Amino acid sequence: MHTEENKNGVNVQALLDARTALESAPEAADFTWKVQAEWLNGTHTRNTISGFHGLGQEQSRGKSFTLETDHPEVFAAEDNAATPVEMVLSGLAGCLTGGIASVAENRGIRLNSVKAEIEGDMNLYGILGVDPSVRNGFNAIRVRYTIDADASKDDIEALVAQSQKRSAVFDMITNPSNVFVTVE
Amino acid sequence: MSRVTTVIIGAGQAGLAMSYHLSKQSVDHVLLERGQVGNSWSNERWDSLRLLTPNWQSRLPGYHYIGEDPDDYRTMPETIAFLQRYAELTAPPLQTNTEVTAVLSHQDGYKVVTNQGIWTCKTVVLASGACNIATVPECSKNLSSDIFSITPLEYRNPEQLPDGGVMVVGASASGVQLANELRLTGRHVMLAVGEHVRVPRTYRGRDIKWWMDAAGFLDVGYDEVDDLTRVRNVPSLQLIGCPNRQTISLNSLQAIGVEIVGRLMGLDGSKAQFSGALANVCALADLKMNRLLAGIDEWVAEKGGDRAVGGPYRLRPTIVPDMPTLQCDLARNGIKTIVWATGYRPDYSWLNLPVVSPRGDLRHDGGVVTEVPGVYAMGLPFMRRRKSSLIDGVGDDAQVLSEHLRSFLDTRLAAFG
Repeated sequence: MHTEENKNGVNVQALLDARTALESAPEAADFTWKVQAEWLNGTHTRNTISGFHGLGQEQSRGKSFTLETDHPEVFAAEDNAATPVEMVLSGLAGCLTGGIASVAENRGIRLNSVKAEIEGDMNLYGILGVDPSVRNGFNAIRVRYTIDADASKDDIEALVAQSQKRSAVFDMITNPSNVFVTVE
Repeated sequence: MSRVTTVIIGAGQAGLAMSYHLSKQSVDHVLLERGQVGNSWSNERWDSLRLLTPNWQSRLPGYHYIGEDPDDYRTMPETIAFLQRYAELTAPPLQTNTEVTAVLSHQDGYKVVTNQGIWTCKTVVLASGACNIATVPECSKNLSSDIFSITPLEYRNPEQLPDGGVMVVGASASGVQLANELRLTGRHVMLAVGEHVRVPRTYRGRDIKWWMDAAGFLDVGYDEVDDLTRVRNVPSLQLIGCPNRQTISLNSLQAIGVEIVGRLMGLDGSKAQFSGALANVCALADLKMNRLLAGIDEWVAEKGGDRAVGGPYRLRPTIVPDMPTLQCDLARNGIKTIVWATGYRPDYSWLNLPVVSPRGDLRHDGGVVTEVPGVYAMGLPFMRRRKSSLIDGVGDDAQVLSEHLRSFLDTRLAAFG
């Protein structure tokens, strides 16, 4: 007998149901994600994340997460936490990996292990203002996945490709976004 | 004001096929055509274009190719002559040079207003084509006026463009063909590549379209697919109809010197920004192509062992530049023209019925416009089957929809009994 089995711990049915529901209620699909940041000292900042807006109303998690950022000692900082650029790489890894699990679930593929090495190349001439032709951000980002799953190599590659196609962070990094920074 | 049971709008392959089947169903009708038979093929295609399907694969109801070159691809004049010959043979009730300006609800049916008078009718068939308007991205309005801008509907040949480099935006059939043609004149050509569908022209000795037909891929129905919105918006296959049956791909274009970049994401004057996701859209296309070829291999193994020449093989993966260009000042790089090969959509500006979505898509169920009984569509992408938008696909759709239309009329007649 065939039973519906949840292979990777992703509730794909709920996601598919949400898609159907949101198609008939477009305004509920407009989400706003929120982070509160506060400078502590030096280059050390604390970010607090709790609620967000979505499904037509403010959503409270009933708890909050704290993510701190700082810079390493070679930047003459105290190295209290990861750098913001490492947070960006973590965000990309989290988004792509979660996507791989979701796509795998939807395609009935069991994942045994998923590991990734993420690297971002940066030339400091940009942020230090040494050479105006050098950009501040990453010149290139590499994500190398090692995946053990009950599927063919092509099927595993298709999971990774589909996850990139549907990833919010991948889109934000590969495509320009308008950023509005104001002072109250 | 004239009265008729059914008005068919558009005398291309879709309208002609529908007329053929309505005649078989003894439904009196008129076929209105804004120009002459095959108007879009005559006036909205570039000079070098050939059909992407082989000659044998343009089967219309009661009509098929009987010439010497079944595997060749028709030029546009040949395509028009083919449709005109069909019109001569089937002698539909055709009114040419009749442009529809409005379709409205009227009493228990519809009113079709044209520049040649008004028809009232019980049923309407919208066979006016799926590619009336070239869609261009929002950012196109920020383009510097120093750069010439053109869509494939207006493009005829390279001489039309100012001297200098060209950026072609879009890598579906239109974009890859125009990038190829323009590069062969010696121009610098950049091709901005988003999601695309890569296929070889031939595989294991036969045209890819032959395999898709034989293995039943083109017959897949709209009620058999998981995500209808997705399949209806799949870009056209990267194909070119050349007598030498050449395969066109991002690899073939790069081999002649076309520069490929990511999807165009931003434009400010002459500064363009491209997506950094080029490698992934190429990987997706390669994976999808390999699934199609694996599907053909499976079909050969199960059913068509004698139909293939040689064993399975795979094409070289798409070559992606090590560091694709992300930003480019077009003027400084000698780009004088942008060709917007970014898709097409139907024009329903004359359709005064509340059945068009805000995005401009007609709401229909397999060609039956259920919200306004008696209105039918023809020739739209994946309307009833994958082949619905092909010349080869309109016959089956016209048969089913003409039967539906006939029974709609019969039911109404019975109700008024």
